[in-house]
Amino acid sequence: MDTPPVISTVNLVKIYQDGGVPVPAVRGVDLRVEPGEFIAIMGPSGSGKSTLVHMLGGLDTRTSGEIWLDGERADTLGESAWALLRRRKVGFVFQFFNLVANMTVADNVELPALLAGASPREARERREQLLGALGLADRAGAAPAQLAGGEQQRVALARALANRPRLLLADEPTGNLDSRNTRDVLKLLGQVHRDGQTIVLVTHDARVAGLADRVVSLLDGQIVDDGALPASRRRPRGGVGDVVELRG
Amino acid sequence: MRPFLLALLAKEPAHGYELKQALEQTFGSAYPSPNIGQIYVTLGRLEKDGLVRAVDVEQSNRPNKKVYYLTAAGREALDDWVDEPTEGPRVRDEFFMKLVLAPMTGIADRMALINRQRRHYLSLMRDLNELAERTDPDNQVALLLIEGAMLHLQADLDWLERCQEDLS
Repeated sequence: MDTPPVISTVNLVKIYQDGGVPVPAVRGVDLRVEPGEFIAIMGPSGSGKSTLVHMLGGLDTRTSGEIWLDGERADTLGESAWALLRRRKVGFVFQFFNLVANMTVADNVELPALLAGASPREARERREQLLGALGLADRAGAAPAQLAGGEQQRVALARALANRPRLLLADEPTGNLDSRNTRDVLKLLGQVHRDGQTIVLVTHDARVAGLADRVVSLLDGQIVDDGALPASRRRPRGGVGDVVELRG
Repeated sequence: MRPFLLALLAKEPAHGYELKQALEQTFGSAYPSPNIGQIYVTLGRLEKDGLVRAVDVEQSNRPNKKVYYLTAAGREALDDWVDEPTEGPRVRDEFFMKLVLAPMTGIADRMALINRQRRHYLSLMRDLNELAERTDPDNQVALLLIEGAMLHLQADLDWLERCQEDLS
């Protein structure tokens, strides 16, 4: 039997009510994500990117249409069933982190792994590995409030990856990072993707989108482009001079 | 390459091969290594324009070598080059022309053009990501150059997004 897609949506629609006025945010999205794929969702602000990814994670209800995760219908689930499904299968990186304020960084990252059934030792090892990769090893004992925004964002990514989720969803995961920290995040995303992690993320950052296999562009709540990035025309092992042309 | 050679000669007189090595050492892989022929051709032109002079230096067991040094006119040309503001990136590029002309003639749909260009830019970004990853972290010049190229690409992509919003 074929493996079902990790995500499949059918004519997915979200309409917000703004003082009785219906505001369509997502207007009939059909999206299919295969296991191991890395999808970047791009588009101007207000194009429905965040709403779409929140619906995929069960953090926002759909108005109509269907969401299937791993071959199971998910849009009809109630809140607690979604919570269980997320715990088992989905890591989510929020634009504004949502870390648990009264827990240390280490506990924030270990918690999802423990909830998913990992042993304390496994959870600790995974946490050490993730925080190390993101340059945060020495912040493990800190409280989230003691961290800068960029540090909190990286902790949120580590937390989302802690239980090796079937699906990683992220909303602007580099929105608060300077270029050096972005480099650490890019490296980690590239590494987990090579290890088979399925990733769907919303981003304005072309460096992040450049890691993806496929880019989905939204405009006014609809997909206006969905396709693989073309293969490089350049020699794979060229130097900077082959990619960057200095004029002189 | 003219101003680069003038700048290197302002530091100290040198012969052609030394200049080639100095360029390679300064820029690393950030600048495509020039061949020695190109360097001699450029030096010849600079000499003709009076910006550099050459003296023959005798070598034991080998043919004389030409050592080049900067003239006062060369120094002035170098100062002018350093002082003048550097051209910014092109705005009216070929893609812009396509975007304007394509719908007039019915040869292509603007949205399709923008979508294709976006994918192309992102694949260039992927190349830059890979390049950054395999560049020696101590090679500051190369990394800054890559980062500059990334920021330009980001601006191009933001602009495409604007085009798509306003033209749809």
